[in-house]
Amino acid sequence: MKRLILAVSLLCSSALAHADLKVFACEPEWGSLAQTIGGEKVSVYNATTGLQDPHHIEGRPSLIAQVRNADLLVCTGAELEIGWLPILLQKSGNAKVQDGQPGSFMAAQQVQLLHIPVKVERSDGDVHADGNPHIQTDPRRIAQVAKALTERMAQLDSANAAHYQQGYANFNTRWQQALQGWANKTASLRGTPIVVHHKSWVYLQDWLGLQEVATLEPKPGIPPTTAHLTNVLQQLQTTPAKFVLHSAYENPRSAQWLSGKAGIPVVMLPSTVGGTPAATDLFTLFDDIIQRLTSVQG
Amino acid sequence: MQLTPTTLAITIAAALAAPAAFADTTANWQGSLIVEGIYFDSNKDEATHAEGEEEAHEHAHLPGFPAGGHDHGFREGLHAGHIEGVVSGNISDKLKARATVGILDTEDGIETELEEAFVETQGLGKGVTVKAGRFFSDVGYLSSKHNHEWDFADTPLVYKGMFGEHTNDDGVQLSYVAPTQQFVQVGTELFKGDKFPAGNSDDTVGAATVFAKTGGDIGTDHSWQAGVGHWRADSINGREGELHEHERADGSMHSVTPSFSGKSHINSVNALYKWAPNGNAKERNLKLQAEYFQRDEAGTIAMLNTDGGIERNLNYDGKQDGYYVQGVYQFRPHWRVGLRQDKLGSDNQLTQVSGAAATEHQVEATGLATEGHTPKRNTLMVDYTPREYSRLRLQFNEDNSTPETDKQVILQYTHSFGSHGAHSF
Ligand SMILES: [Zn+2]
Repeated sequence: MKRLILAVSLLCSSALAHADLKVFACEPEWGSLAQTIGGEKVSVYNATTGLQDPHHIEGRPSLIAQVRNADLLVCTGAELEIGWLPILLQKSGNAKVQDGQPGSFMAAQQVQLLHIPVKVERSDGDVHADGNPHIQTDPRRIAQVAKALTERMAQLDSANAAHYQQGYANFNTRWQQALQGWANKTASLRGTPIVVHHKSWVYLQDWLGLQEVATLEPKPGIPPTTAHLTNVLQQLQTTPAKFVLHSAYENPRSAQWLSGKAGIPVVMLPSTVGGTPAATDLFTLFDDIIQRLTSVQG
Repeated sequence: MQLTPTTLAITIAAALAAPAAFADTTANWQGSLIVEGIYFDSNKDEATHAEGEEEAHEHAHLPGFPAGGHDHGFREGLHAGHIEGVVSGNISDKLKARATVGILDTEDGIETELEEAFVETQGLGKGVTVKAGRFFSDVGYLSSKHNHEWDFADTPLVYKGMFGEHTNDDGVQLSYVAPTQQFVQVGTELFKGDKFPAGNSDDTVGAATVFAKTGGDIGTDHSWQAGVGHWRADSINGREGELHEHERADGSMHSVTPSFSGKSHINSVNALYKWAPNGNAKERNLKLQAEYFQRDEAGTIAMLNTDGGIERNLNYDGKQDGYYVQGVYQFRPHWRVGLRQDKLGSDNQLTQVSGAAATEHQVEATGLATEGHTPKRNTLMVDYTPREYSRLRLQFNEDNSTPETDKQVILQYTHSFGSHGAHSF
């Protein structure tokens, strides 16, 4: 019996010594970021894929199990996951990752948000009270999140703090270079008028200076209606747009309809890592976004 | 102070809530109201009314299943349905509370039921969650769901037969999620045990459950959950059934009420499978679920006179079981169709004190006669949910729960005001 206890405790302590920081990422962009910073010291579970709508995820058993085991939750916040994260936190029984704990990291809290509503009413659709949560389409904001996330990872796993700082330094050097390259390629996009499916590109627009003239959804989260699309088409007569933009997880029907009627191209963009086969990490995500935007511009 | 699950629940709640009195509470109370309108049409009731017969029972009774579960069927015509008022919020950073009041406009007038009033820990650590107060049991899959979360307008026959309308009771629940890659949860509940199929226990814990659930994903499109549950009440003391009345040959009336004392055990298994292309259930999804329940009861049924005296004792050894299987397919955004099949069975042995088998009339008086009938029901449902908070549902039942086939049409409109958080899987 004593030998068994010894064996078990040895097993436990050796497991602890090599334990990774277990990261539960609500969206793949944060999973990718945590992996890039943490390298072999972290194990990352992505709760969603680049082809899923992060507004509408079910609190599935698999996700409860992963939140149960997590040391660090890296999510967008700003109510993006309001339909599913609270139930995962409730069911998990995990103290470390609850709201306000060091193990709860919300990316939206690290950056300046846009479109903070004056009032939130159900009749206005799925308006997020804290502001528009789709921050991952602005690489400048990703850089800010990366810095804050590194600090949090170092705080939670202080033994590997230097490792995380090094990971961040490597990432940031490459990222700043990439930012410069993307800025050069997209200078001519400034001021381009566009139509978007959902208000999920405001940060991309903010970064690249794109002008959103209409949305296919009549109100955020409300699927496009024929009446609304007709209005948008009419509006385009007076204020024309260059293209209509939707993300990989959105049904392209409405965008294609408008494209056919208004004679402007449809651009499908990956909204996160995994949204397209080319977007395998954060770098290739923005390479692909910019490739798609600049190629349509011709 | 006698230690009952209710007082225990209150004590635990008070102990857990105490630090909140000093801490700066970040209360974020939410309130919601769920209203329902029902149109119900049944060919059976029309037929009985046309013949001028009086309804034998006020509540629909399932042959072979002990009566006593408080369950209201739908009333014919257009009327308000099940109204739910929900208040929930955080008491402290580790403790939440929720209360649900159900209001139902019945033939006997407005009935109000405190469906839930509990406190629940959040993030206690190590996968542990404690709940105390009145709550819906987790012994089955649908057992913990509120009326407005059902995929059909009514509850499966097996739930009606096993538990009556709801599985709520006063007590405590302890549950634990294991630190494994696959979801594994085990839990236990200790209840006061005053509600059907328990009743009038002298024990501190009149009913108890254990349950286990597991589940996971297969790729991004498929997810599943399976569970087992055991419910038991070992000290039922006078669980009363329905009053039995009939006219004797000499014209006098014979009125008795069966009163069961003994033990009742229920075992159950449930399975759930969901499909959503790329994990996006908003566009299209499929949900298949099935539950099987099996109950064993043993003890004595005392036939009580109208003055409360015992007319006769019968030895009772009962077995009842049943299942439902259902599938709901969302074929395009907002639109779903559903199919459900219900089936029940029973094998009840009743013997007189002398050892001889009970007479046909005695069995009938206990309310446990099957009349040689196997209760069944087939259901077809279509619903339209233009927004998350409003839903219109049309449902057809071919109800053979009693020997006479009943074709039912239900039109249900549900609207929820306010917010009450997401529904569990
Ligand atoms: Zn609800």
